[in-house]
Amino acid sequence: MADTTYLPGLSIRDSDAPRHSSIVRVTHWINTLSFFGLLVSGIAILISHPRLYWGETGSVGTPSLIDLPIPFVLKNQNGWGRYLHFLSAWVAVLNGLLYVSSGVLTKHFRKDLLPAKAELAWVSFSRAVVSELRLRRRSKDESLTYNVVQRLAYPMVVFVLFPLVIWTGLAMSPAITSVFPALVNLLGGQQSARTIHFFVASALVLFLLIHVAMVYLAGFTNHVRAMITGHSAARKGNA
Amino acid sequence: MNKFSRRRLLATGLGTAAGASGLAVALHLADQYGLIPPDHGGIYGVGETLTYASQRLLMSQGSAAREFDRSQISKVFQVNGEPPKGETFQRLRAGNFAEWRLTVDGLVARPASFSLAELKGYPSSTQITHLACEEGWSFIAEWTGVPLSHVLNLAGVLKHAKYVVYFSLDPGWWDSIDMPEAWHPQTLLTYGMNGQDLSVPHGAPVRLRVPRQLGYKNVKYLSRITVTDNLKKFGSGLGSAAPEFGYSWYAGI
Repeated sequence: MADTTYLPGLSIRDSDAPRHSSIVRVTHWINTLSFFGLLVSGIAILISHPRLYWGETGSVGTPSLIDLPIPFVLKNQNGWGRYLHFLSAWVAVLNGLLYVSSGVLTKHFRKDLLPAKAELAWVSFSRAVVSELRLRRRSKDESLTYNVVQRLAYPMVVFVLFPLVIWTGLAMSPAITSVFPALVNLLGGQQSARTIHFFVASALVLFLLIHVAMVYLAGFTNHVRAMITGHSAARKGNA
Repeated sequence: MNKFSRRRLLATGLGTAAGASGLAVALHLADQYGLIPPDHGGIYGVGETLTYASQRLLMSQGSAAREFDRSQISKVFQVNGEPPKGETFQRLRAGNFAEWRLTVDGLVARPASFSLAELKGYPSSTQITHLACEEGWSFIAEWTGVPLSHVLNLAGVLKHAKYVVYFSLDPGWWDSIDMPEAWHPQTLLTYGMNGQDLSVPHGAPVRLRVPRQLGYKNVKYLSRITVTDNLKKFGSGLGSAAPEFGYSWYAGI
């Protein structure tokens, strides 16, 4: 690239164009915090009744879909668990709305995050997947944009998993479903909503683990710095 | 200080002032329209207030909890907790609740008390609704009783009433609901379940059904109802026993 200046240990495409925009950086870390709150409190709520059912109802003495290998706790933690879960959910949803609307308005999704048609062609797609699986370190230029695996994973998380986890969460609320009964009826019942909520949350946790592992393999310090300051490495002149 | 940064400082100052007064006006309006829950304090109170206010606005048309077919009634009806151990409850239970009375007082024109037979004499209402425990389990049952609104009308609720507080014969258990929930046709003084008298494990003689909220708002072994405009006078002022144990007052979830 013509505008790439190569300094030892540094790769700078354009000293003024950040790798991540400020809105992406701020919403990323707010999301990190709220997701952590949701995860901890979600586990606290789950362990007071670690059985999952299908349909409208389910309780001790009825057949379950899955018995999670967790003992029933005697003193449940749902008090602070729910307070923290809903506080974090509000932060996650409002923050997510900011992120999505800015991503649409600035065309960040269209330009940077959605896969191009050519990338989805089988040969190039399989090459990218194999390269990810081999945990090959990416070149400096490559790490300035998103590859096709990321261009599939991130939109999946933003446009499928997060909306699903919010939907199934709302579908468990008797007050919300009194206004929008279809929210829960479409899922097959309140206990089905709870079960799907658990699996979608698990998928998000799996994504988080892979995401952090990939950041680690690609150069933890550099990538975390890019998500905090906006730049992969120190700016020219500030180095 | 150059011109640019002064302008920026001015804009930031004006913006902050506008934001702060906007928030103050919003909170005042929210309080006036009954959109602030009693447990609004602290950092968790922010989430609670957002949840309660937005759900109350969504439900302002009096939406009804989902009702089900008779074929969807559960086979198992899980129970949490034990009946009250006190002498009063044991005596009432031994007499098949013939001596039991439900007291209605507070901000009402005609404080009164009702026997079980009197409640059963009023026009009854039956619903097949879902009861979800905050722990995660749930069942569907058929509930029969008299709408709370009927009894409130008999007592004549005064204009400035804001909440209905209700007490169990179990001295540690009391709760409250706002007036929209209290007047709601599905909010039921329930004395029958699945075509029979309500059993003791499920809250005999009378349990309040609030099907748009979680199980713990559905207080069993009811003994007294007080209409009020101020929840601060009750317990620790958080609106029910639940927040004193760390649970939210509003349980529409």
